Formats: sequence, structure tokens, C-alpha cells
Amino acid sequence: MIDLLTIFVLAVFVGFEVVSKVSTILHTPLMSGANAIHGVILVGAILITGRAEHALEVALGLAAVFLATVNVVGGFVVTDRMLEMFKGHRR
Amino acid sequence: MSPTWVQLAYLAAALCFVLALKGLSTPRYARAGNLVGAAGMALAVVTAYVHGAVHNGLLILVAIAAGVAVGIPAARSVKMTAIPQMVALFNGVGGAAAALVALTEFLEVAEGSVLFQVATVLTVLIGSVSFSGSVVTFLKLQEVMTTRPVLLPAGQVVGVAAAVASALLALGVVLTGSGTLLVLLAVAGLALGVLFVLPVGGADVPIAISLLNAFTGLAVAASGYVLANTLLIVAGTLVGASGTILTRLMAQAMGRPLTNILFGAFKTTATAAATG
Repeated sequence: MIDLLTIFVLAVFVGFEVVSKVSTILHTPLMSGANAIHGVILVGAILITGRAEHALEVALGLAAVFLATVNVVGGFVVTDRMLEMFKGHRR
Repeated sequence: MSPTWVQLAYLAAALCFVLALKGLSTPRYARAGNLVGAAGMALAVVTAYVHGAVHNGLLILVAIAAGVAVGIPAARSVKMTAIPQMVALFNGVGGAAAALVALTEFLEVAEGSVLFQVATVLTVLIGSVSFSGSVVTFLKLQEVMTTRPVLLPAGQVVGVAAAVASALLALGVVLTGSGTLLVLLAVAGLALGVLFVLPVGGADVPIAISLLNAFTGLAVAASGYVLANTLLIVAGTLVGASGTILTRLMAQAMGRPLTNILFGAFKTTATAAATG
């Protein structure tokens, strides 16, 4: 319980720190990359579906797995496309 | 408690996410950072599947395959100009997934601690706000609806009413543990998300997306408390914190304080009414 709180507080500071000096041009890709990372809810979706027994819970869990997967793969692919565009731009 | 190898894999994934955000903050390593993030995600998902998919393993794989089949073509085919609304949509489905995870866990666990109930309530509420808010930003940027600030008659009153209703429902869920109230809370959250984004106008919409992105991060972090899963807490908190800072930086780059962007429409009408 206190362990989880400790992790939370430390993660807040790491989160603040890693993006504190980002250049303006990278704002949108960074947002998109962070967006892909919160798709980690897929882990939670898999865990709850993996122990669900009633039909309703399985259905809700699978819906969550589906949505989270869209978040993850779409997020990383879109971010990569954005950054690819930047590279072409600079040459 | 999860076995040690699972915990270690989650730790490695969390480190990947930190490096990904760090990489994405510098032009030179941005692309590599994104790939590191994707690798961390793959590790986390495979670990969760191998360790956690005791039942319904095949169904989970089918749902993941369906998500990939929808997500990759959508991300690949979207026009460059339409990318912000695509990001908004991906953010929205993430928020919805978080809300669904907490709802399902709530149904599975008959008696939870107060902390569990509070975390559940927060996940469902923030996740729903993020989902409906993102959908509205998508509709705005896609120009399905007007990009100008939309002010409902008595919008502020409705907004405050929705916020109060959400707070009361949240309290109700914590006190009674009622699933019906939790579903009603999700509905109130959806309304709140719509009301929150409607007054935001055209050029400010990306900043609203960034803020909703941070919201989804917080919802994921809260879901980490629901499931007692450290990776969800770390990754969700990272996104919540970095997203909040990023939102502020974006607002500063536009030379406008954040409160102006979010509540500016109300102020201008108030002054217009005063002067007019």
C-alpha cells in the first residue's frame, strides 16, 4: 500500500523530469508516444479477462482488450509515421 | 503476488517507457525512443499473457488480433493532416479500455477495500471523461461538427451539475459498493467529458487532446491500484505527469495560459455580455 504510493510519487517526478526540456517541434510526437504508452492498460485488460468466469465479465474484458490493442498499435505506428516525416523534412 | 520473473519483466518494460519518453524529447533519438517504447510494450503484453491468461486465452488472442487488424490500417492510412484527430481517437479508446477494466474487476471482486473502491471510481470516471472528450475533439478536428467553441445555454450550470452528480455517484459507489451506481457514474463521466471539450475552440483543440491524454494516463495509474499492478501504476503515472507538463508547454508555446484555453470561451462571452 505504502509501496504503491512510493512508486506513484517517484513516477510523477520521473514523468515531470523526462519531458521538461522538449523542443516545440516534438510536442505532437511526444504526446502521441505517451498516448501509445498508456495503452499499457492492455496488460490490465488481459489479466482481468484471464481470470474472468462469467459471460458478462468475459465480454467486458474482451472489449477492453480490443480497445487497448487499438490504442497500443495505432499509437506506436502513428508516432513512427510522424517522426519519419520529420526525417524526410530535414534532408 | 506475481512471481519474480513477472515483476522483473514489468520493471524492464517500465524502464523502456521512461527511455521512450526521454528519447521522444530529443530530435535525434525520437524514433529510437518510440521503438524502445514499443519493445517494452511487447514484453509487458507477452508477460501478462503467459502469466495471466489462465482462462479465455484463445478469445484474448482473437481480441488482440482484431485490435491489430483495426489499429494498424487506421494508423497507416490516415492522412498526415488528420493525425491529431487520430491520436485523439486512440487516446479515447485507451480511456474507455481503462474504464472497462475497472468495471470488470469491480464485478469480479465481491468485497473490496476502500482503497480498491476509490481507485475503481477514479478509473471509471476519468476513463469515461477521456473517452467522450476525445470523441468530441475528434469530431471537431474532422470538422464533422463546428470547430468553434460551442456554448450551451446555461452550459456552466449544466457542467457544475454534472460534476456534482459525478461526485455524489462516486461517493455512493464507495459507500454502497453498488454496480448500478458505478455504471451511472460512467454515464455521468461521459456527459462531463462532452461538456468539458465543447467550449474549446479550433486552434486550442490539440491542447485539450494533450490534457485528455494525461487524464487517460491517470486513469491507467488508478487502474493499477485496482489491480495492484505496479507496471500500470508506473506507466500510467509517467504519462499523466509528462502529459500534464507537455500540456503546459504546448499552451506556453501558443502564448496563452492554460486556464484561458479551457475556460476562455466562458470569459469572452462574459465580457461580451458586460460590454455589449
